[in-house]
Amino acid sequence: MTRPGLLRTGAALALRDLRLLWRRRGDALQPALFAVLVVVLFSLALGGEAELLAQVAAAVLWVAVLLSGLLALDTLFRGDAEDGSLEQWMLAPVPLAWLVLVRTAMHWATTALPLLLAAPLLAELLQLPRVQLPTLLAALALGTPLLSLIGAVVAALTVGMRRSGILLALLALPLYVPVLVFGAGSVALATQGLDPMGGLLLLGAGLVVALVLAPVVAATAIRIALN
Amino acid sequence: MLDQPPPTPLLRARGLRFTRNDNPVFGPLDFAVEGGEALLVRGGNGSGKTTLLRVLAGLLRADAGEIEIDGLPTRPQLRSQAMAYLGHLPALKSDLAVLENLQFLCGLHGRRRGQAPEAALAMVGLAGFEDTPVRQLSAGQKKRLSLARIWLSPVPLWLLDEPYANLDLGGIELVNRLVQAHLRNGGAALVTTHGAYAAPPVRTRELVLGGQVEPVPAP
Amino acid sequence: MNPVLRWFHQLGSPPYFDRFAARWAPWGYGLGLLVMGVGIYLALFSVPPDYQQGDSFRILYIHVPAAWMSLLVYVLMALYAAIALIWRIKLCEILAMACAPIGAAFTLITLATGSIWGKPMWGTWWDWDPRLTTQLILFFMYLGVIGLYHAIDDRRAAARVASLLAIVGVALVPVIRYSVVWWDNTLHQGQTVSVFGESKLHASMLPPLVWMVIGTKFWFAGSLLARARADNLYREAGKEWVRKLATGKQRSGSA
Repeated sequence: MTRPGLLRTGAALALRDLRLLWRRRGDALQPALFAVLVVVLFSLALGGEAELLAQVAAAVLWVAVLLSGLLALDTLFRGDAEDGSLEQWMLAPVPLAWLVLVRTAMHWATTALPLLLAAPLLAELLQLPRVQLPTLLAALALGTPLLSLIGAVVAALTVGMRRSGILLALLALPLYVPVLVFGAGSVALATQGLDPMGGLLLLGAGLVVALVLAPVVAATAIRIALN
Repeated sequence: MLDQPPPTPLLRARGLRFTRNDNPVFGPLDFAVEGGEALLVRGGNGSGKTTLLRVLAGLLRADAGEIEIDGLPTRPQLRSQAMAYLGHLPALKSDLAVLENLQFLCGLHGRRRGQAPEAALAMVGLAGFEDTPVRQLSAGQKKRLSLARIWLSPVPLWLLDEPYANLDLGGIELVNRLVQAHLRNGGAALVTTHGAYAAPPVRTRELVLGGQVEPVPAP
Repeated sequence: MNPVLRWFHQLGSPPYFDRFAARWAPWGYGLGLLVMGVGIYLALFSVPPDYQQGDSFRILYIHVPAAWMSLLVYVLMALYAAIALIWRIKLCEILAMACAPIGAAFTLITLATGSIWGKPMWGTWWDWDPRLTTQLILFFMYLGVIGLYHAIDDRRAAARVASLLAIVGVALVPVIRYSVVWWDNTLHQGQTVSVFGESKLHASMLPPLVWMVIGTKFWFAGSLLARARADNLYREAGKEWVRKLATGKQRSGSA
């Protein structure tokens, strides 16, 4: 039998991750729940007044998404690093970067996609003006994969360490800033009646670049860290 | 046997050296492994047996030396495609069933022609455990599952790091049988072991680390 | 072999580098202090007060060189990191990691002096000015490199991982800078008074700046050599030459 190529290995990894997700389907809702908690906390702290909340809704939502993504980042490679799966990935006949890309995509689908689906609900809680919702969803749809890819690089750098905790957040946040700026900024532009396409296009461009570069950098980091 | 050129060894290492924090771990090593033969790597704790296997597999980079597969020098990433590595960590997901783990690993590395995962499970004594979550297996059963994975791999060279660990007598016999069958098919295996008892009954040579570095033909 | 190349190769040997750094670090510090001393004297006494900002603008002579150094050091760190990763040169790993705390210190000075300068102008100690915001993010990026380097036990793996982070960081600094400027134009509704104010830098105000820029470079060289020497000794601890160095000093009684 010929050695499996990109499609076959990618499908095998995706199937494995889907099965793992199904076995622990409760865990999949945790990031979304965390985001809801953050939104609730902000609303309580700000006094729950509709007008004030509406002004900060997009920003609070973005921060909630960012933070829950950060929490979920730890599960990206940790399990596979601990049981030796990462080693087997390194020994596979396909580039490690490919497997990293598939894994990151599955991780996004299982942690960020539920968030995206919950976004309209969160927007309602924060009294986000309806007119902003499409831009917000578009920005999140472009921004969350970008956050996952950047997060993959950071998670790969810390994969050898036992307890990364706050270090992971410290490493990731400066790199998250552009995504946050363009993501929240697009919504702010839409609110002011201006064209948000500029910000969205920048997010899109960043996503394309990250799709190519982030897995490669993450694969290099994994090889160095597990050396 | 008269004028035939010597067969190209499956694996040859020349001047292989590895240091950690400037302390030499092993080397310089020169050895070759041919198809149909097993190389037993012996040495005390910390002599670098595991490191050697990881260097050969391509997980670590040697400080000096060359490694050739089928006579051609290789880079670490390409080399890993010619070998199957069984290390200390079994790469099994405890939430998934036995068969699901096997299916994933075969999807990742490929599967030997004409071998079905279910048949491999039966061969290692795990028939009937296909749907058992790996979490519920004992250490010995997990080892057998790893052996099934190695058996299914399509590559000619096996790197087995302490394959006898966690196994009872039946398990030890199983490892020997698998290695034997693999060598009969023209494959080769590098096996590390502490134990004096566990040596596969096939054409075997020894490589001793941390002392004499000459291959000694087994009687 | 080319003598320059030979010297580089020699420098990679830990005992040789130790001697080299021990010899030249004091020069770096000394010259740095001297030149910066001249610069500060000129800044305080020889330049007339600004017609708009009075005397408070003088802090520019610390703020600007510090800001330039904070960026330069990051680029240099990434350069050493790249050499260390591609050619696996241990000395460059050490140099890259030694750059990080120095760069962080310069960034902190930039933030502090920027804040002090801003107080008379903005009325508060902090304003989310794009330049200062970028410096703040840069500060966290430095902390990240330092934190990562110290979080891993194996020194060589730690240096290589932190080096990769430095390279990723340097590629993203322009992106972050651009995004902060964009943010300032789009979201930041407040008064953005540029720290330089309306007045341009007149030619007569330049000399102290030049002195300070040169002085900080000397200081950086001294500091880099001193830190790199310390890290080098730490990594080589237990080796024969380090033991001889330590006991030799003890015997002769010198510090």
